Amino acid sequence: MSAQFFLQQCLIGLTNGALIALVALGYTMVYGIIGLINFAHGDLIMLGACLALSIVGALGLAAVDPAVTWVAIAGLVLVCGLACGSLNVAVDRIVYKPLRNAPKLAPLVSAIGVSFIFMNIGLFWLGSADRSFPELLPSDNVLPDDWGLQFTQKDRLVVLIVVPLMVALSILVRWTKLGKAMRAVSQDPTAAALVGVDVDRVIAATFFIGGFLGGAASVVYSLYINTIGFQMGFQNGLYAFTAAVLGGIGSIPGAVLGGVVIGLVRALASAYVGERWTGAIVFAILIVILVFRPEGLLGRRVREKV
Amino acid sequence: MTLAVLAVAPLCLPALGGALGGQVTTLFIYCILALGLNVMVGYTGLVHLGIASFFGIGAYLLAILTVPMYPFQIGFLPATAVAVLATAGIGLALGAPTLRLRGDYLAIVTLGFGEVAKVTLRNLEQITGGMKGLNPVPPPGAGVTIGGLDLGKEFAIDPRWFYYLALASLAGVVLLMRRLEGSRLGRALVAVREDELAAQAMGISATKVKLSAFAMSSAVAGLAGCLYAASLSTTADPNAYDFNRSIMVLCAVILGGLGSIPGTLLGVAILVGFDTVLAPWADSWIQQWNINPTGSSLLSFSGWRLAIFGLALVLVMRYRPAGLIPSRRMAAELHDAPEGH
Repeated sequence: MSAQFFLQQCLIGLTNGALIALVALGYTMVYGIIGLINFAHGDLIMLGACLALSIVGALGLAAVDPAVTWVAIAGLVLVCGLACGSLNVAVDRIVYKPLRNAPKLAPLVSAIGVSFIFMNIGLFWLGSADRSFPELLPSDNVLPDDWGLQFTQKDRLVVLIVVPLMVALSILVRWTKLGKAMRAVSQDPTAAALVGVDVDRVIAATFFIGGFLGGAASVVYSLYINTIGFQMGFQNGLYAFTAAVLGGIGSIPGAVLGGVVIGLVRALASAYVGERWTGAIVFAILIVILVFRPEGLLGRRVREKV
Repeated sequence: MTLAVLAVAPLCLPALGGALGGQVTTLFIYCILALGLNVMVGYTGLVHLGIASFFGIGAYLLAILTVPMYPFQIGFLPATAVAVLATAGIGLALGAPTLRLRGDYLAIVTLGFGEVAKVTLRNLEQITGGMKGLNPVPPPGAGVTIGGLDLGKEFAIDPRWFYYLALASLAGVVLLMRRLEGSRLGRALVAVREDELAAQAMGISATKVKLSAFAMSSAVAGLAGCLYAASLSTTADPNAYDFNRSIMVLCAVILGGLGSIPGTLLGVAILVGFDTVLAPWADSWIQQWNINPTGSSLLSFSGWRLAIFGLALVLVMRYRPAGLIPSRRMAAELHDAPEGH
């Protein structure tokens, strides 16, 4: 029984971790390319969830045939992804781009400012109270009964959306021309520009991809947690950002690993120590890991030069 | 100039109402907190996202040492001294193992410490009173009588006493910071910010310098926390010392101008003033003119508070990326070609 309980908590942790990792990717990609902690990313996801809620309400998706549900969810992911990606690019163009040569902390404060503006939009969109998101998927178990483990349709949805997106992202970054350009810009923008990379376009593409993943994450989150509110961006952003740093900020596999680790720690800490200590345990482990591995789990060690 | 403004402030006080006096006191306390953060972020260039936790620890230490619930009750001044030393020590304990982290990793460690501190304060109910906080914190000078004047009673009745106490503390901290800027240590802080390796090559121990910055920041934040708890006569609940508060103070410091004392004070005045003075005033104005008969949040000022605040941050950074009043040293720096980091 106890081993089973442990496995169950691990399963919950892995599923949650996949979701955290998807958000963490948005942080780590933007950081890798322009060195900005994009504080507004969590609130971007909140806006994605608002959009998803409005679409579900307007089209009456809560009452459609189960066979159509999957098509509807795929459509939601696409629409919210495109919307969040475009919004992210627009914000970069208007707010961060003029600050490329400004002191390092200026874009950070701007990002905090954008996050407040997003929160205010969310406040008008949702109202100040939390809203429940319609249950598009039933929570029945998809694993055989004699395994004694719970893995619901919702859990399966998380895996089915997150894993293909991550595979697609890895292929994009590793094997396409755009991916090569992104890696070049993140190493050295000046040198990349010298060999003919259009740095501004690559940065815009990075913001778009990060935003797209954020939009997809907003749909998964809404369908999985079923409660959204205008302040949800903050807490989720905090854990996702922590995951990105834990894995080694700027590293894409690092963000995935960091997300899974944080998800597992959260689930196990809630189960064995108590929900109310979860936050403290996650961050205490983060501090300890960073003390022993200052560059994060999979980060590159950067040598300082004069 | 800063000092001149501060010196004139008491003369204006009788003209201000008692309630406003209380808010100005809070403003001074936040100024002290921001000046503390400025040592880390402005002078030394280390991003600190958990300053509010030191503010909170200072407040709770003062409360534990003075409230009737505990046997200590050692009075305001000794308790403040202990709390300031203790927060400096905690700052050192956090700084020592984490100083070899690069910029943003250090930032996340301070953020993490802030969360750990908040959760711990909230959950150790037997010690910290949980969400209720610790109260009543007795006013400073309780039981002390000077020339027939019971100081404790005076503090409890008249908010002006707290005003003067906060102002005097702020003036002290400002003086301290000005002395620091010109001192050997202060110049070492700036040297480490500008180029750590070059500073080390000149014989500065970067570790010692950064640790001093950590200790000074934490101690000043702890002092601000003591004043805060004393002026509210409660520690309030732990959520008063969360990440949002840290971010607000950080925004104030960057908005005003990193490493600049008048800039920091102006930044705090704008951010705190916006929340406590401008927003309520605009709301009551809207109500008075009956623009918003249905009470919709779209038509009230506080409904737009976050957006206006965010827009202000974005615009200031767009047009004055070095802050409203940049420090002279920052402004004089050579801004050479952009580099890859």
